[in-house]
Amino acid sequence: MKRYSVFAVAREALRHHAGWRRAWESPAPEPRYDAVIVGAGGHGLASAYYLGKNHGITNVAVIEKGWLGGGNTGRNTTIIRSNYLQDASAAIYEKARALYETLSQELNYNVMFSPRGVMMLAQTQHEVRGYLRTAHANALQGVSTRFIDPAEVKRLCPIMNIEGPRYPVLGALWQPRGGTARHDAVAWGYARACSEMGMHVIENCEVTGIRTEDGAVAGVSTTRGEIDCGKLGMVVAGHSGRLAAMAGFRLPVESVALQALVSEPIKPCMDVVVMANTVHGYMSQSDKGEMVIGGGADGFNNYTQRGSFHHIEETVRALCETFPVISRLKMLRQWGGIVDMTGDRSPILSKTPVRNLFVNCGWGTGGFKAIPGSGWGFAELMARGGSPLCDEFSLGRFREGRFIDESVAAGVAH
Amino acid sequence: MLTLECPCCGVVAEETEFSPGGEAHLKRHGPGSGEEAFAAYLFERENPAGVHLERWRHSNGCGKWFHAARNTVTLEVYGTYPAQTFEPPEDIRRRISERVPGWRWREFS
Repeated sequence: MKRYSVFAVAREALRHHAGWRRAWESPAPEPRYDAVIVGAGGHGLASAYYLGKNHGITNVAVIEKGWLGGGNTGRNTTIIRSNYLQDASAAIYEKARALYETLSQELNYNVMFSPRGVMMLAQTQHEVRGYLRTAHANALQGVSTRFIDPAEVKRLCPIMNIEGPRYPVLGALWQPRGGTARHDAVAWGYARACSEMGMHVIENCEVTGIRTEDGAVAGVSTTRGEIDCGKLGMVVAGHSGRLAAMAGFRLPVESVALQALVSEPIKPCMDVVVMANTVHGYMSQSDKGEMVIGGGADGFNNYTQRGSFHHIEETVRALCETFPVISRLKMLRQWGGIVDMTGDRSPILSKTPVRNLFVNCGWGTGGFKAIPGSGWGFAELMARGGSPLCDEFSLGRFREGRFIDESVAAGVAH
Repeated sequence: MLTLECPCCGVVAEETEFSPGGEAHLKRHGPGSGEEAFAAYLFERENPAGVHLERWRHSNGCGKWFHAARNTVTLEVYGTYPAQTFEPPEDIRRRISERVPGWRWREFS
C-alpha cells in the first residue's frame, strides 16, 4: 500500500493519475479466520484495526451485507463530543475524541477532523442546572468543558437568536475541542489500514446464520459461503437483535429510525456545532456549506431507513426560532438510519451467553463520535476478555441494576 | 406517516394524533418470579423486522390505550384492536397471515 502524501500527489500528477490503487482489497472469503467482525461500519472497522494494531491479531475478516460504511456511519450528522455525565461514558467518549485528534496521521487518511467546538444550548432552567452539573462532572473526569453565558453564546455563534420568546438561550455547555469529521472517510481510512495489515474487508456478504458448538461460536453462514472463526464480534447497530436471535439469545435493544437533513450550500455563517436538546434539533455547517440538521428519533420500532415529515417539521420549526436566518433555506436531502436504543441509552460492549461471541451495539443516536474509542475498547475485550473501557457496558448491567443512565442526564440528544 | 384507527372512538387519524407505547401483551413479572423472568420482563422487548404487535394511545383524541398490528419493515398497519385482551383477535391474525404467511411473534402465529 502506497502512502498518501504531497509527494504522491505530485508523482501521480506527472503520470496522469494512473498509479493510484484501490484503497482496500476485496478478496473472496477464506474458510477460516482467527476473528470475524460482522458489520463494516465505523465501529466494526475500528474494532478490527485495533485488534491488529494493539493486539497483533491480523487474521481477521470484516464482513458486511451491503457496502462499506453504508449504514449509520454514512447517515449521521458527524458530531464529535465527549461531554457526558457518567464516568463510564465520559471515559470511552473522551478516549474516542482524543483518538480523533490524530486519526488522520495515524491512518494516513484525511478524516477532516475539525475541532470547531460543540455547544449544547440550555433553553430551560432545568437544562441550566443539568449542564452546570455536567460541567462539574466533566471537570472531575478530565474532560474539558465549561458552562458559558448567553453573551458568549452569541459571540461564538452570531446567527443565533438568544432572546427568542419561546426558547430563550440561557447559556450553553461548551466543549471547545469537540467538532466534526468526515464520516465516510473514517470508515474508508480504517478499511484501508485494515487491508494494509492483511485483513479481509468483504462487502456484499450477509450473515444468514451463526454456528455454535458446545456453547462456543464456531462460525457464520453467509451468502458467500461458510466461514469458520475463533472469535466473532457483532457490530451491526440496528440489526443486532436479528443477529443475536441467530445465536440464540436476546438483547435489550429496540430499533428505531433517526433522521437528518441538509440544506442547499450557503456561504460560511456558523463555525461551531450547536445542539438544542429541548427542541430536539442540532445543526452545523459542512465544509461544502450545507447546513446539516439532525432531529429526534421515531418513538416506535422501525427498520425502514427513512424519516417522517412530521419529525422534520418539528425539528425545523424549532430551529427556525433559534436561527431565524435559516427560515428561507431550501432543504436538499433527507435520510434516515436505524439506531439501536437500549433502556439506559448507553451502549453494550460485552461478552454474550455464547462463548467467544462478543457484541458491540446499542450506540443509539450517538455512535459516530465514539468510533475510535469503541474500536479500541472492543478490540481489547475480544483479545483479552476484558477492557477497562468496556467492562461497565456489559450486558449484565441491566439485570444487576448498574445502569449508565444518560437518558435523563441531558447528555444525549434523542 | 402511519394512519391508525382508534378502536375506542372510531377516529381514523395520522400518527401525530397518537403516541406509541411499546410492545403489546407483556406478561408482568414481579415478586415470586425468577430473576431471569423479571429481567426479561423489564428489558428484553421484541424487536422484530416484520410483524409487530404494539400499544398505542390516542393521546390527542379520546386518550384511550389500544393495540395495533404493524409491520416494522413496510410500515403497513394490519389493524387495531381494543386493549382489553391478552391476544390479537382472529380477524387481525388472519389478515396478517394473508400478507405475511408463516409469521410468528412471541407465542402468536
